[in-house]
Amino acid sequence: MSEPLFSKKNLKLLSDPLNSSNPITVQVLGICSALAVTAQLKPAVVMSISVMAVLAFANVIISLLRNTVPNRIRIIVQLVVIASLVILVDQVLKAYVYDVSKQLSVFVGLIITNCIIMGRLEAFALGNKPWQSFLDGIGNGAGYAVILIIVGFFRELLGSGSIFGFKLIPESWYITNGGFYANNGMMILPPMALITVGIIIWVQRSRNRKLIED
Amino acid sequence: MNRNGNTYTVLYAAIMVTLVAAILASVSMALKPQQVRNKEIEKKQSILASVNIASTAENADEIYSEKIVSQYVINTKGDKVEGDAFNIDLKKEHAKSNAEMHLPVFECKTDEGLKYVLPVRGTGLWGPIWGYISLNDDMNTIYGANFDHEGETPGLGAEISTVPFEKQFIGKKLFDDKGTLYSIIVAKVGQDAPAEHKVDGISGGTITSKGLEQMLLDDFTRYEEFLKKKKS
Repeated sequence: MSEPLFSKKNLKLLSDPLNSSNPITVQVLGICSALAVTAQLKPAVVMSISVMAVLAFANVIISLLRNTVPNRIRIIVQLVVIASLVILVDQVLKAYVYDVSKQLSVFVGLIITNCIIMGRLEAFALGNKPWQSFLDGIGNGAGYAVILIIVGFFRELLGSGSIFGFKLIPESWYITNGGFYANNGMMILPPMALITVGIIIWVQRSRNRKLIED
Repeated sequence: MNRNGNTYTVLYAAIMVTLVAAILASVSMALKPQQVRNKEIEKKQSILASVNIASTAENADEIYSEKIVSQYVINTKGDKVEGDAFNIDLKKEHAKSNAEMHLPVFECKTDEGLKYVLPVRGTGLWGPIWGYISLNDDMNTIYGANFDHEGETPGLGAEISTVPFEKQFIGKKLFDDKGTLYSIIVAKVGQDAPAEHKVDGISGGTITSKGLEQMLLDDFTRYEEFLKKKKS
C-alpha cells in the first residue's frame, strides 16, 4: 500500500474511460439508457450522476468481497449488490428528497439494467483493490456522462430549440409565427439518438486512429 | 474451505440473500412513515396546483386547510354519500361497477369564486397517469389542470406534467352548446376539433396523449350527473 493515492496509474483509471476506453463509444455498453434518456439535457445529467454513484459504490463493494465470492455464482452476487444499492438509493430519495426522486422516476430502476455497471464489476472490481475500483467506477461513470450530455445537448437544441428547458431559438423564427425555422421532430425520437451516438463514434475514431479496427 | 465447492457456494448465497433481504426490509420499514407523508403532501400540492395555487412542501398543509373549504364523496348518480374524500383510492373505485363507485369532490375557495376540483385517473404508455381538474361554478369551464404520471418517458410522454401542457386546458369547455358531454380532445398535428374542446398533444408522446384524452372522457362521464345536478 505504498503507492500514492493519485499515482499516474490511478489517474489513468479516471481519464482513460473519457477517451480511449469510453464505455459507450468504444466498449459500446449502456447504449440503451443513452438512447432513452437523452431527449432533453436535464434527465441526461441526472441519469449520469446516478449511474456514477451506483457504479462507484458497487465497484467498491464487489472489490471488498472479491476474495470470498464463489466463482460460479459471481454474476448473481454482482446483480444482488447492484439491485440492493439501487433499491436503497431509491428508498432514501423517496423519503428525504422527494422532488429529486420524482425527477429520476424510472431512471433509478433503469440503472440496474445498465450494462456498464456489470461490465466494470466483472472486468475490474473482481480483480482490483477497493480504491482503484472506486476510481474506475468514477472514471467510467464520467465517460458515460460525457456522451450522454453531448447527445442530450444536440437532441434538445435541435429537437426542442432549448437547453435545460430554456428557449434558445427566438419565437419569431418559427414558421408558425411567420419565420423560417422548425424544430426537427426526429431529434426527440430514439433513432436520432442512435445516429448522434454514431456520429460521435465517427468523430472520435477519426481523431484517434488507434481505435479503428481492421 | 474450498471456495468452489457446493457447500461453500450454497452457504454463501444463502447468507448473502438473507442479509440483503434483512437490510432492505428494515430500511423500507424505517422510511415508510416519511414516504407516506411525502405522498400526502404531494397530493395536497397537486390539488392546489389544479386551482393555480402554488405551494411548497412546507406550507402545503396550511394553504390546503385554508383554501379547500369542503371535500365530500359522491356516487355516479351525482348524490352525496358517506366517505373520506381525501383518502379514496381511485384505482379501486374505478374497478367497481358504476352503481357502487364512489368519487371524491373538493371545493376550493379562490379569489375568483368557488372552484370544484375533480380527480381523474387513467392509463398512459408505461403505467398509470392521473391528475386534478378544477372547474368554474358553471360546471363547464376548466379553471386549471394538473397531471402526473408514474413512468412516462421523460421528454416525451412525461411532458403531460409540465406547466405549458397543463396551461392549455384553462378556459376549455366540457359540454358543447347543446349541453352534451364532449370532453377534451388531445389533438395530433392537423387533427380537427372545436377550439374550445381541443388542446395540442405531445410530439413523440402520442400514446400518452391519447391515454390522457381517454382518461378525461371516462372520468367526466362518471362525474356527468353530478355536474348536471350542480349546474341546474
